[in-house]
Amino acid sequence: MQNFPGVGVSPGRIIGTIRQMPKPISEPPAGEQLAGGTSAEEATAALKAASQAVHDELKARAAHASGDGKAVLEATALMAKDTMLIKGAAKLVARGLSSERAIWESGSSVAEMLHNLGGYMAERATDVLDVRARIVAELRGVPAPGIPTSSTPFILVAEDLAPADTATLDPNKVLALVTAGGGPQSHTAIIARSLGLPAVVAAVGVDELPDGTDVYVDGAAGTITAEPDESLRAAAEAWAATASLLAEFSGTGTTADGHLVPLLANVGGGKDAEAAAKLGAQGVGLFRTEFCFLERDSEPSVEEQAAAYKSVFDAFPGKKVVLRTLDAGADKPLPFLTDSTEPNPALGVRGYRTDFTTPGVLDRQLEAIALAEKQSEADVWVMAPMISTAEEAARFASMCADAGIKTPGVMVEVPSAALTAEAILREVGFASLGTNDLTQYAMAADRQLGPLANLNTPWQPAVLRLVGLTVEGSRAEGHNKPVGVCGEAAADPALAVVLTGLGVNTLSMTARSLAAVAAVLKTVTLAEAQQLAKLALSAPSATEAKAWVREKLPVLEELGL
Amino acid sequence: MPERIATIASRSGLHARPAALFAEAAGDVGVEVTIAMQGDPEDDALDASSILSLMTLGAAKGDVVVLRAAGDGADAALDSLVKLLETDLDAE
Repeated sequence: MQNFPGVGVSPGRIIGTIRQMPKPISEPPAGEQLAGGTSAEEATAALKAASQAVHDELKARAAHASGDGKAVLEATALMAKDTMLIKGAAKLVARGLSSERAIWESGSSVAEMLHNLGGYMAERATDVLDVRARIVAELRGVPAPGIPTSSTPFILVAEDLAPADTATLDPNKVLALVTAGGGPQSHTAIIARSLGLPAVVAAVGVDELPDGTDVYVDGAAGTITAEPDESLRAAAEAWAATASLLAEFSGTGTTADGHLVPLLANVGGGKDAEAAAKLGAQGVGLFRTEFCFLERDSEPSVEEQAAAYKSVFDAFPGKKVVLRTLDAGADKPLPFLTDSTEPNPALGVRGYRTDFTTPGVLDRQLEAIALAEKQSEADVWVMAPMISTAEEAARFASMCADAGIKTPGVMVEVPSAALTAEAILREVGFASLGTNDLTQYAMAADRQLGPLANLNTPWQPAVLRLVGLTVEGSRAEGHNKPVGVCGEAAADPALAVVLTGLGVNTLSMTARSLAAVAAVLKTVTLAEAQQLAKLALSAPSATEAKAWVREKLPVLEELGL
Repeated sequence: MPERIATIASRSGLHARPAALFAEAAGDVGVEVTIAMQGDPEDDALDASSILSLMTLGAAKGDVVVLRAAGDGADAALDSLVKLLETDLDAE
């Protein structure tokens, strides 16, 4: 047995065989010539055969896809044998370049041309580069980049996963996710939790294991074991039995002594909201409206937006739905709103700040929200992301009032907002802590970087202190204005207990985690949760905070969480 | 050489799905078909079966384009492609 310690980001104990995500295709050396003895005609024929093979592969995948995914695959398949791409490469081959280098350069110039056209075309540049990499892989006889296809379910191992990879991930084929890089807030972690897949990130060396190796993954403990023994096989079987118990949420989040902590869901659209309602969510604590905007080269109309918002509101009649206004920028660029050339996008014009540079978009979004609210029965709350000052909070509240929105609020993600929570909450009706960004900004550690994984955890006592300060700010303000948490921290059952002890009123998470959080929360009283919060705050490090709290919650071990 | 003019009917113009459907159809007609914006020189006409060419053409809804083809079956091919351009493919 060989062990690979990492960081557990989504619980579950499972055994399976691994498939490695192929390494990215390396660039053929500049100026690489045709191999001796190969004629330009032969090289061009090989290029055409490779392009046809890539076309056929993508076309076959399109046949099994549906909706937008199908349309994208069909268009990408056509690009693979596109005359502009192939003729451009054939000309370079005629001048003596190798077929790999020729298609590489031809792909670059086509992608650059599309990029310069801007908008929708610029986004398709990525598809051309993907096709180019696939053709080079085909010419080299190595696996195509992207998630491997397999007829049997497998554990996917990668250096790290990009949002584009995770979009094509089939949850019926993938048993668990393991990455050598990435941090607890990386896309891998977020997608694993939303799909309910066990996952471990930052497990150095795991990407060297050969395909087909049997491994045991413990997504709570953050360990991976190659060639597991009988005791680990028994642990995986025991998890399979308890996992089914954790699938049901009664619909009321409460501590053992009846202190109510409504458990809400994070959703991106109508389908998510319906699924969350079925899983018992008591409302929506974070509706990420940018999902209605992504893949768009222009702003959707007020009517189109209102229809998208109403589809979420309609899943929760009579219940609270907290909507976050457009959070573009940083890792979620939008061509009509954000500047992709900013040197430091996480500290740039993102979230609420896009209203400084592109006024009007936010006003129209608020108009659409008010319109959708009128046509639905949900209790709609609206919050702005990336608020840093009380002045910004006041301005947002007045924009909401102008649009006819009754309950304005703010996200607390920037440490300055936590530190000045009292002043901010005088201006708005509620606050919601976005722990992913709050952690990244408090620790000055990029969410996506594996080497910073240990800094980038909401268990950091500094982050817990900022949560506590926000709650204290609300108490000092004096009107019992609610403070919720809608980051991934709320989905960690042990952390959910700590947050409750710190005085957080509601917890919002991916709907799959509701049952596990509810099961753990109802084993402690409010006083016990407060004790555990104190314990975590007093810890010298994130690791100890987590270990000390977990030790006092034996139910976690019993449930395999 | 036979040619036809057509007005783009798809809401999103000759982008995305409409471009993919048209490029595929143009590749299947058995003759080489070119496409150009009305008024552009014939030398600048692009391969109609190339989705990348169609995307760089940037034809929006209501724009008028010229299709040209030569050889056996050119007329029938052009007629079928004009019909496709003048259908709102986004609506299907």
